[in-house]
Amino acid sequence: MNMAALDSWSLLAVWTAITVYVIAFAAYSADLAQRSVRKERTTPQPILVGAAAGESSHDTGTQGGANVEGEEEPRQPRFVWGRVGTSLTMLGFVFHLAGTLMRGIASGRVPWANMYEFALTGTLLIVALYLLVLLRYDLRFLGAFIIGMVTLLFGGATIAFYVEITPLMDPLKSVWLVVHVFVASLATALFALSCGLSIVQLLQTRHERVTGEPGRSAGPGFLRTLPRADTLESLAYRFAIVGFIFWTFTLIAGAIWANESWGRYWGFDTKEVWTFVIWVLYAGYIHARATRGWRGTRSAWLSIIGFSAVLFNFTIVNLFFKGLHAYSGLS
Amino acid sequence: MSRSRSEPTLSDPARPSDHFDQVEDGASPAGPSLGPLGWARWIWRQLTSMRTALVLLLLLALGAVPGSLFPQRSADPNGVVQYFRNRPDIAPVMDALQLFDVYSSVWFSAIYLLLFVSLIGCIIPRIRHHLKAMRTRPPRTPARLERLDHHLVEQFVVPADADRSEELSRIIGVAEQQLRGSLYRVQRYDGRGAWSVSAERGYLRETGNLVFHAALVGVLVSVLAASGFTYTGQRVVVEGTTFVNTLSDYSSFNPGRFVDTAALQPYSLTLDSFDVTYEMPGSPGAGQAGNFAAHVTIREPGQTTERSETVRVNGPVSFGGERIYLLGNGYAPTITVRDAEGAVVYQESQPFLPQDSMMTSLGIIKVPDGLPEQVGLVGFFYPTRGVLDTGASASVYPALVNPIVTFNVFAGSLGIDDGTPRSVYTLDTSGMTQLTGADTGVAGIELRPGESAELPNGWGTVTFEDISDNDAASEPVRRFASLQIQRDSGAPWVLLFAALATAGLITGLLVPRRRIWVKAIATDPYPGGLLARIEYAGLARGEDPQLASVVQRIRDDHLAALATELPNDAAKENTP
Repeated sequence: MNMAALDSWSLLAVWTAITVYVIAFAAYSADLAQRSVRKERTTPQPILVGAAAGESSHDTGTQGGANVEGEEEPRQPRFVWGRVGTSLTMLGFVFHLAGTLMRGIASGRVPWANMYEFALTGTLLIVALYLLVLLRYDLRFLGAFIIGMVTLLFGGATIAFYVEITPLMDPLKSVWLVVHVFVASLATALFALSCGLSIVQLLQTRHERVTGEPGRSAGPGFLRTLPRADTLESLAYRFAIVGFIFWTFTLIAGAIWANESWGRYWGFDTKEVWTFVIWVLYAGYIHARATRGWRGTRSAWLSIIGFSAVLFNFTIVNLFFKGLHAYSGLS
Repeated sequence: MSRSRSEPTLSDPARPSDHFDQVEDGASPAGPSLGPLGWARWIWRQLTSMRTALVLLLLLALGAVPGSLFPQRSADPNGVVQYFRNRPDIAPVMDALQLFDVYSSVWFSAIYLLLFVSLIGCIIPRIRHHLKAMRTRPPRTPARLERLDHHLVEQFVVPADADRSEELSRIIGVAEQQLRGSLYRVQRYDGRGAWSVSAERGYLRETGNLVFHAALVGVLVSVLAASGFTYTGQRVVVEGTTFVNTLSDYSSFNPGRFVDTAALQPYSLTLDSFDVTYEMPGSPGAGQAGNFAAHVTIREPGQTTERSETVRVNGPVSFGGERIYLLGNGYAPTITVRDAEGAVVYQESQPFLPQDSMMTSLGIIKVPDGLPEQVGLVGFFYPTRGVLDTGASASVYPALVNPIVTFNVFAGSLGIDDGTPRSVYTLDTSGMTQLTGADTGVAGIELRPGESAELPNGWGTVTFEDISDNDAASEPVRRFASLQIQRDSGAPWVLLFAALATAGLITGLLVPRRRIWVKAIATDPYPGGLLARIEYAGLARGEDPQLASVVQRIRDDHLAALATELPNDAAKENTP
């Protein structure tokens, strides 16, 4: 098949995926609405699927810990719209994956060599990670956030950043393109999940503080069906530390590549600066989690600021800052 | 995850006092009663606290940002010059705040140096403590395990005919074996009516944590120490010409403080040819250049052998501890200027600097002697000239399809007579008169390869030489390569410490460190024997989300092992 034709098939799959994601986002939003109107007060669900039910004595109560033991759970509420959202997300992911693979085959290289392709692969990894994590934790309440964000980034990138396939520029012809950029996308996906959990954590903290004070509303009603704030925080932290390890690797791999390509391993290029800033922000987040007075709400804000910096680095820095990382493919 | 705060023995004395794992001591805030030593100690404690480290980290992130917003002298010196030109009002103020040299500024240096002092002050006591901890046995079993977050209790019936203490000791012995098999360090604490094993694992977590922080110090020290011995030089080399590795032969050279610039290795490097390919017109990415290859020959003095190498993008050539990089390329038209009698007064292949991706290039020819006045030619070279909609000329394709060079002639003073160094790429026309082009009424000079034109006033001629006349294999116009020669002996050390830091980070964040206790106490008489109470407890030291399930698994494995060991013990019960 002709390569340009394959690319147009890829684009068709991409637009199909975006459409399906939009519907999935709507379903996840309906899920949140459904959770909000649920009349009875449901116990926060344990998010660790398969956590052994307490058959033996467990005399410590449910103080803290990621796997809040489910105290006798009579009926697991069925969140139908959440299931629809997840099914649609899977369907969208199949098209997304097909579109990405076809783009890669058509270009004869890894599909992350310009901004459009980076958005294509980066959002694919976010969805892949989200679906993978669903196998273990019931994070469908994050679906609206994750799929909403993916739709915006992916759709926006396809509209604004799409470029025809062009041959790779010389500086990008390196094994580090495969490693450095891919690991950076993986770290971004982990930070995205962590940020989503931190946002819900903040809402839930407020909800938990206000609940108990009679006559006061405590934020969106769906919060009642979500895990406790400290559970959310613990999970956010776990994604963030793996993301941080990948980001460290991104930084080092980038430095090695820069040393091969530009004749120095570090030169405070704008993109290098922002990669460093993000690294330091997440290092701060990890320290905050270990500092009395910073654990909880303040560290959650750092996680959100960290991910905002990641998004800023990908969009604003790539497009408007002058630097050596000029591979967006846009003129 | 909450911790037992009331058990002072469980916290880590080497950690900063505001570490989450630490017990709040509420001790001695600084007061007027502190002596100088007391103040020093207080300041040191503040500096090495978690909170200070955190604030310094955030300041470091914040402090790095301006360097991406404003041009930096280190990365973009021309941008700084331009900023001064565009904003003469605020540029000096910003310069005074070192906003054009952020990463070497006093304030940025202060942040990271304080951060590293804080880091070192934090890890030294922890290293000492950790070395000791690795040699000590797991701590005594707490008297009241039920105060721990993760705590399970089982009842077990010891048959009446068995020796009570022997039986309970054996039960704990089974747990001890299992924990040791799971790579826990174990210690038995029996006595006073209770039999227990105390187990700890995950020392690698703290080891990794300390290695990570120590390796960061290693990275910083390597960078700072090597910077004095690092040098970077740039040089433009035209095809067929040779560059000698001495200071005077570089077009720019940035040595570290301790570099002996007189002692560079005196090798020579000849650019034999430069290859590049361009995407064909009409294809996506038309004109995009690629497959750059600078074929060079390197000779060392006193050596008869020479090395042929190819410098590529992403493929530097290493030579005697130096690395040679390919940074750029362009055309170097060969121009000959003759006086009115036809004698050659100038002949050079002058590099013209590319101005766009289609290689519209700008170059300057300076003829200081031999003509009635000093003459400067401002030239544009178009490998494939086309005419834009605006009527201006520009190159429309980077290969030599329709090569044309144009000149405007200036006469007067080149400004070099008093010895002032001048760039070969710019012409200061302040002391010169324009003789052709613009509003002089005289058309500029326009030449194809092999053509000549008259200079104004009958001063002589200028010729655009066609190199392929002498060498049919070559193109009509020579190319140049822009090479960077660099020595950075610190880089391998930086890499080594960075790799160590990553390894430390992975173990420091992902290896769980925990203490596990299994304790057996004989309690009440029971029909047919004695009821024993077995407790299982776990304490996380640092993040350990799996702890609850680990304690459960230890309990299950232990009970299963006991069940197989005591096949006829049907009295095992789960009821509390």
